[in-house]
Amino acid sequence: MEKHSRHQFRSNTLPALGTVGPVGIVLLGLVAVPLIYVGVMSFCSLDQYGNYIYQFTFDNYKNLLNPSYIQIYVQSLLIALATTIICIVLGYPFAYLIARTESKRKNLLYMLVIIPFWTNSLIRIYGWRTFLGDTGWLNSLLRGFGIIDAPIEFMYTRGATILGMVYCLFPFMILPLYSAIEKLDKNLLEASADLGAKGRKTLLNITIPLTKGGIFSGSIMVFIPCLGYFFVSDILGGGNSDVIGNLIQRQFQKANNWPLGAAISIILILITLVLVKAYQKAGGDMDSLGV
Amino acid sequence: MKRAKKRFEANKLGVMSVEETRKKMVEMIGVNKIYADHDGHGSNHVVKDLNLSVYEGEFLTLLGSSGCGKTTTLRMVAGFEEATSGTIHVEGESVGSKEPFERDVNTVFQSYALFPHMTVHDNVAYGLKMKKVKKPEIKKRVEEMLELVQLGGFEKRYPSQLSGGQKQRVAIARALINQPKVLLLDEPLGALDLKLRKQMQIELKRLQKKLNITFIYVTHDQEEALIMSDRIAIMDSGVLQQVGDPTDIYENPKTKFVATFIGETNLFEGSVAEVSGDAIGITVESGGFTVKGANFAAGELITVSVQPEKMLYSATPVPGFALQGLVKDQVYVGSILKTIVVLSDGQEVKIERLAGQELPKNGLVYLFWNDADAKLIRDMDSVVYEAAENVTL
Repeated sequence: MEKHSRHQFRSNTLPALGTVGPVGIVLLGLVAVPLIYVGVMSFCSLDQYGNYIYQFTFDNYKNLLNPSYIQIYVQSLLIALATTIICIVLGYPFAYLIARTESKRKNLLYMLVIIPFWTNSLIRIYGWRTFLGDTGWLNSLLRGFGIIDAPIEFMYTRGATILGMVYCLFPFMILPLYSAIEKLDKNLLEASADLGAKGRKTLLNITIPLTKGGIFSGSIMVFIPCLGYFFVSDILGGGNSDVIGNLIQRQFQKANNWPLGAAISIILILITLVLVKAYQKAGGDMDSLGV
Repeated sequence: MKRAKKRFEANKLGVMSVEETRKKMVEMIGVNKIYADHDGHGSNHVVKDLNLSVYEGEFLTLLGSSGCGKTTTLRMVAGFEEATSGTIHVEGESVGSKEPFERDVNTVFQSYALFPHMTVHDNVAYGLKMKKVKKPEIKKRVEEMLELVQLGGFEKRYPSQLSGGQKQRVAIARALINQPKVLLLDEPLGALDLKLRKQMQIELKRLQKKLNITFIYVTHDQEEALIMSDRIAIMDSGVLQQVGDPTDIYENPKTKFVATFIGETNLFEGSVAEVSGDAIGITVESGGFTVKGANFAAGELITVSVQPEKMLYSATPVPGFALQGLVKDQVYVGSILKTIVVLSDGQEVKIERLAGQELPKNGLVYLFWNDADAKLIRDMDSVVYEAAENVTL
């Protein structure tokens, strides 16, 4: 027994170490160790000169209950929620169209989603600035046609932030929706029509319930990054619509208060874990999240 | 049995007079279906000039091999496909512009197409819900319907918890609950094992008689078609070959395709050498023979079909027949002895006998048959169609 298992251990371990080992080392070095470091730091504090004091304290977490922070958490969740809903409402018909289009147009529609996805999102967000600004294209156009006298303030609003978020995260909604709708058995839609259901009723009774897995995973993949995409609210929201990501970035880069930034990061990780767990509980498929 | 006999007599009197007295539930007039290829070039003509009527309370089977257009025909009646040309009437009313949900026909899908997120009850109730029938009535009718397909007590199960046969019953119950005028069944038993299939064949037939609903049934299994149908419509490459009751189709195939498809048969292809009275002398590659028949002229191409169980053999030459061959193989299939005799041109003739009548291996035999057992086929229709196809290509 003993001998047998030792033999097995040796014959399985070497190839396993050889193949998974390097990846394991990379993950350990670049993910696990930094994460532990962030966790440890979130319980540290700073002295008056900005040096770390490695002494266990809950102060950072207590500071997180500051009303101005809480207001940003709420705002952050609202922005993420709005972004997710808009992505579902716009994405569903579009994903349906791609999935149900036969012929070459299907690839074209698919590429329309994918190509922006491959382009740096920071650059694309700056693009919106030149479009929405006071002297941007949209305002110039409206003024040129005499529709408005003074420029409308599109920029630095919560709306602009949500727009940018939707724009950045839209493909993350489309792709899971597309694959869910694509997989849907066409016979079920025909059966529904055959039994007397009009298009709208088939959509409500059959299509949406059977593709809710796609809606779930799309929502998770939009909602969670939304909480952290600080550059979108930075560039388009101008500090008026901060998300949790902004708080973290500010602690690390401006305030130089790494322990506090680490504590906020830990909170963000916990929120993510809770959401993913909820998704899993609701019967969501982990594979379709790409994790 | 009695019914079939009655219809057989009616057929002798003249088919038209009988058919006119029955109500046409579905009528297809000059129906064509042409699929254009995705790139816009070329096309696929899957149903060609189909004329077919289905009568009230009738069990009609569309029979053919895969790709013959039978399923497409069914889908055009259901409304899932639009006919390229021609009209389809249901109860005398053209349904060309009607959506599937507006048509008084229901479909049983080959894959069952049960809604996986709904219980058996909700699946069966779906049609009534769409019609906004009141809840207590829905409950009552679903229960009745499940009782009818012998699935009482399964209301709360999900499709994934059912066996293939049970899913099949749910699919039938779901389609029947709307009390359609016509029920369309697309190879509904295709996914079941042989034993269950036999059982469901009988049950479906029983249901159909009990409810007196018109069934249009699609299958590629000729045995199933012969067992279940009142009438069979045989299709090949989009062309309706022959319509008739099972006995008629089996005994009097009108085309070579029907003769070979509906059962095993021996085909002798040749030409008419001479005609004297009702005796037709026919030359085939491996010899010749005389058959009884009318309306053939010398020089015409002809095919003679003789079923294996009707083939006779003799050790000595038979007057009127010049067909001899060597005994090649003899196999017992149950109590039947199947013999293969090879003619001089290599054609293999199948003979079926009751067990115990073995022939000497490699022995020489003379083949013949009774006049009444030879079916003469003038295969003009397929000749014309084949020619037309070659032209368009």
